[in-house]
Amino acid sequence: MTLTPAELTSAVSGGIGTSPQRPDGNLKVRGEFAYASDLWHEDMIWGATLRSPHPYARITSVDITEALKVPGVYAVLTADDVPGRNLYGLEHKDQPVLAVDVVRYQGEPIALVGADHPETALRAMKKIVVTYEVLEPVVDMETAVDDTPLHPGGNLVRHVPIRRGSQDVTAEVVVTGRYEVGMQDQAFLGPESGLAVPASDGSVDLYIATQWLHVDRDQIAAALGLPQEQVRLTLSGVGGAFGGREDLSMQVHACLLALHTGKPVKMVYNREESFYGHVHRHPAVLYYEHGADHTGKLVYVRTRMYLDGGAYASSTPAVVANAATLGVGPYEVDNVTVDAYGVYTNNPPCGAMRGFGAVQAGFAYESQMDKLAEALGMSPVDVRVRNAMTEGSVMPTGQVVDSAAPVAQLLKLVQDKPLPAGTSSDIRELPGGVSNTTHGEGVVRRVGYAVGIKNICFSEGYDDYSTARVRVSMVNGSLSAAVHTAACEVGQGLVTIMQQIVRTELGIERVTVLPMDTTIGNGGSTSASRQTYVTGGAVKAACALVRDKLAGRTDIGDEVIDETTEWRHRATEAIDPVTGQGNAHVQYGFAAHRAVVDVDVDLGLVRVVALDCAQDVGKALNPQAVVGQIQGGSAQGLGLAVMEEIQTSGGKVRNPSFTDYLIPTVLDMPPMSIDVLELADPHAPYGIRGVGEPPTISSTPAIVAAIRAATGLALTRVPVRPEHLTGT
Amino acid sequence: MHISVNVDGVTYADEVEPRLLLVHYLRERLGKTGTVVGCDTGNCGACTVHLDGHSVKSCQMFAVQANGHEITTIEGLARDGKLHPVQEAFRTNHALQCGFCTPGMIMQAIDLLADEPDPDDETVRKGLEGNLCRCTGYQNIVRAVQDAAQRMKPGAGPKIEQHSDEHVTAKQPVGGE
Repeated sequence: MTLTPAELTSAVSGGIGTSPQRPDGNLKVRGEFAYASDLWHEDMIWGATLRSPHPYARITSVDITEALKVPGVYAVLTADDVPGRNLYGLEHKDQPVLAVDVVRYQGEPIALVGADHPETALRAMKKIVVTYEVLEPVVDMETAVDDTPLHPGGNLVRHVPIRRGSQDVTAEVVVTGRYEVGMQDQAFLGPESGLAVPASDGSVDLYIATQWLHVDRDQIAAALGLPQEQVRLTLSGVGGAFGGREDLSMQVHACLLALHTGKPVKMVYNREESFYGHVHRHPAVLYYEHGADHTGKLVYVRTRMYLDGGAYASSTPAVVANAATLGVGPYEVDNVTVDAYGVYTNNPPCGAMRGFGAVQAGFAYESQMDKLAEALGMSPVDVRVRNAMTEGSVMPTGQVVDSAAPVAQLLKLVQDKPLPAGTSSDIRELPGGVSNTTHGEGVVRRVGYAVGIKNICFSEGYDDYSTARVRVSMVNGSLSAAVHTAACEVGQGLVTIMQQIVRTELGIERVTVLPMDTTIGNGGSTSASRQTYVTGGAVKAACALVRDKLAGRTDIGDEVIDETTEWRHRATEAIDPVTGQGNAHVQYGFAAHRAVVDVDVDLGLVRVVALDCAQDVGKALNPQAVVGQIQGGSAQGLGLAVMEEIQTSGGKVRNPSFTDYLIPTVLDMPPMSIDVLELADPHAPYGIRGVGEPPTISSTPAIVAAIRAATGLALTRVPVRPEHLTGT
Repeated sequence: MHISVNVDGVTYADEVEPRLLLVHYLRERLGKTGTVVGCDTGNCGACTVHLDGHSVKSCQMFAVQANGHEITTIEGLARDGKLHPVQEAFRTNHALQCGFCTPGMIMQAIDLLADEPDPDDETVRKGLEGNLCRCTGYQNIVRAVQDAAQRMKPGAGPKIEQHSDEHVTAKQPVGGE
C-alpha cells in the first residue's frame, strides 16, 4: 500500500503546513552552533590577503622577500603560485584568483600570507612591496562601454534587448523619468570565513560558509589544477548570505595556502575586508517612458537601463536579464521596448543580492506608476489595479503567466489594512527620535504603495536541479530517516523544510538532516528563492522512491532503504538575443507593500511608521518561516529606501564599516502586518512559490512613494538621504 | 598583564597582552566561540556579554578591563541543561534565522528585562537598538522578548527560571548539556 501525503500529514506532527522548531535553533540560542569563523584545527595557521589600494593600476612589481623573513610566516603567495587556471567566475571566467599585472578594483587580492598568528600575517603583509602605475579608473556606468576597455572583449558584459508589439506607438498620457539605485551591500552579519585542511595525497578539504558548494568546488579545483574529487567541501555555519556568498571569496586562497604549507589554514575577514571581499547589488541608472490612455491603461513602456557590474562579471549577465525581462513590472503591457546593459567599470564587483535585478527595475517602474497616477489624477492603487497582470497575462518576453498572479488582490489587501494611529506625541516615535528634533511640528504623514514581480529559480535554459538522498532504517524499534543534500542552509530554514517534507511523505517523525557537503551531487545555489522549490522537490522525489520500497511497513528489521535522486523543475528557454522573446522563467512571485511614513520635512528625517505586506506563496510549507522571510526581506528593502549605500568616489569605497554603512535597527523597522495568500502553483512541488525575494522588491518603492507624497519632491534616487529632502 | 576573571562561573587566571580585546580573549583563549564578532566597531552587538550582570559589547573592551569581574556569555545561561527563558523564547518564536546576532540579542534582552520586567513594544525596541539583525526584520525578536517577559513573571514557571539580571551571572560552573 502506498500512502498519499495527505493521509500521512495527520499521521505525524511537524509535517508540511506546520511550523515546527528549527533543528538548529537549540544550538543557535545556546551559542553552540559552529559558524565558519568558529572553526579550529590543531596546528592550524592563519591566512591573510593583500589587497589593492587602487581601483585601477598596472602592477609593475611585487617583492615578497622581506615578508618571507618575518618569523612565523609559512608562505607568501602570488599569482605565480596558482597552479591551475588563475581565472574564475560564475558566468564568465574573468576574475583572477590573485592579480596578474593589473588590478581592476580597490580591494582586489594580490598576495596571500600564511602565518602562525593573524597579527604575524598582518605584519608580513605590510612588508610586501607592490609598485603600481596608477591608471584613471572607469567609473561611469553610462559611458563605460565607450571608455578604456578593462577586459579583452571591452566593457559590455551583456546587452539584453526586448522588443514586443509596436515600437513607435503613441499614447495620450506620457511620463518619463531617470532613476538611480545606489550600491547596496548584503551586510550578512557573519563575515566570510573558512578552514582549509590539506590531505597527504595532495587533496584538500574546505569547511566554508557559502551558498553553493558544487560551483565553489568546481572553481576551486580548476584554480588548484586538481580533479574535482580531490577538492571536498563541507558547509559550516553560515551567518547570513543574501547573495553575497554566491561568488568565491577566500575559498581558493585558503586552499592554496593549505596545499602550499601542508598545514590547515583558517581565514576570517573582518567587517572592512568583508566589504571588499564580496560582490554587492548592482547600482543602476534607469530611463523610463510610460505611455497610457486616459483611463490609465498602459499603452507602452520603453526603458533603457544600465547596471554597473564593476570590475568582474560575476552574475551580471543574469542580473541584466532579470532587470530586462521583469522591467515593466507585474503589469500587462502590449508594447515594450527594453535595452538593458550590464557593464564593466573599476567600481567594486557586483553580483547577486536578494531581488537580483528585479529590485533596480522595481524602484524605477513603481516610481513611474506613481508619476502616471499623478498625471492621470488617479490613485496609485487604481492605476496599478487597472494594469495588473493576472494568470494568463503575457510577459514582455511573450511568456504566458501560467499560474496565479494575484497582483490586484495583493494591492487591495494592503490597501484595506487598518492604518496606524495618528502621529505620536511621544518624541521617541517621531522622526529624529530621542535626538528631540521635533515635537511634531513639520512632521507630515503619508502613505505609499508598491507591488513587485520576481522570477523564482534559475532561468534562461539553465539546467537547474538538486540532488537528495533519503535513508530510512530502524532506530530503537521505530523508523528513522536521514536526509542528505548539498543545498546550503544559510539561515532561511531549509533544514526545517526538509524535515517537514520527509515527515509528510514518509510518516516518519524522527528526521535527521545530515551535514551538507560535496559527497552527494549538486544541490544548486541557495539563491533565486529556489531551495524549497528545487531541493524540496528533490527530497520529495527521493521520499517517493523510499516509500515504494517501504511498502507501508513500519518495521524493516535490519534493512536500510537508501535512495538518491536528482530533481529538476520544468525547462526554461534562452531568450532571443534580438527580440528578448522566450519562455525564460519557471515561476513568478508577487508581493505588495503599503508604507506609512512620518517625514520631518524641515530636517529631512524619515520614520517608517508601518510597512505592511501581502504576498502569494502558493503554499506555506512552514508558515512561521514564510512570514520570517517576508519580514526580513521587507527590512532590507527599507534599508535600500532610506539608508543603505556603499558610497564610492573614483572607484574607492568610502564607507566600508557598520559605522558608516547603515543597516536598519529595530527602531528603524516598524511593526508589520502581513497577509499570506496560498494560491497553489500546479507546476511546483506542493504548489509552493518561492518566498525570499519578492518582499525585498516592493518594500523600497512603497516607502519612497510615501516620502514623495509627504514632501512633493521627485526623489528619483535611492537611498533617499536627508539632504535630498532638504535640498542642502 | 595578569588578569583574573570569572567567566560563566569559572575563574580564569591568565597573562594577556594589554591590547587583547575581551571578545578575542573569550573566543581564542577560552574557546567561548558562542560570542561572535560581527563588525569590530561596536555597531552590531553580536559580541554582547554581561559584565557583572550588565550588557557590554565585548569588542569594545580590553580583556584587562574584565580583571576582577564576572563575565557571563551566551554559553553560561542554561541551567542543568535547561535553556534560560529568553533562550527558550527566541527558539520557539522563530526569533532567529542565521542566528549570528542571537547570542548578543539574548544577552541584551536579558539586561533589558532586568530593568523592565514587563516591557511594551516600544521599550523592547529601544532596549535592543544597539543590536543588529539582518535576517528577521526584528518582528519575532520583539515578540520573543515579550514572550520571555511573560515566562519570567513571578509564578510563571519553575523557580529556577525566575532569574533577575543579578542571578543570571553564574556563580558556579555551568552544568550539563
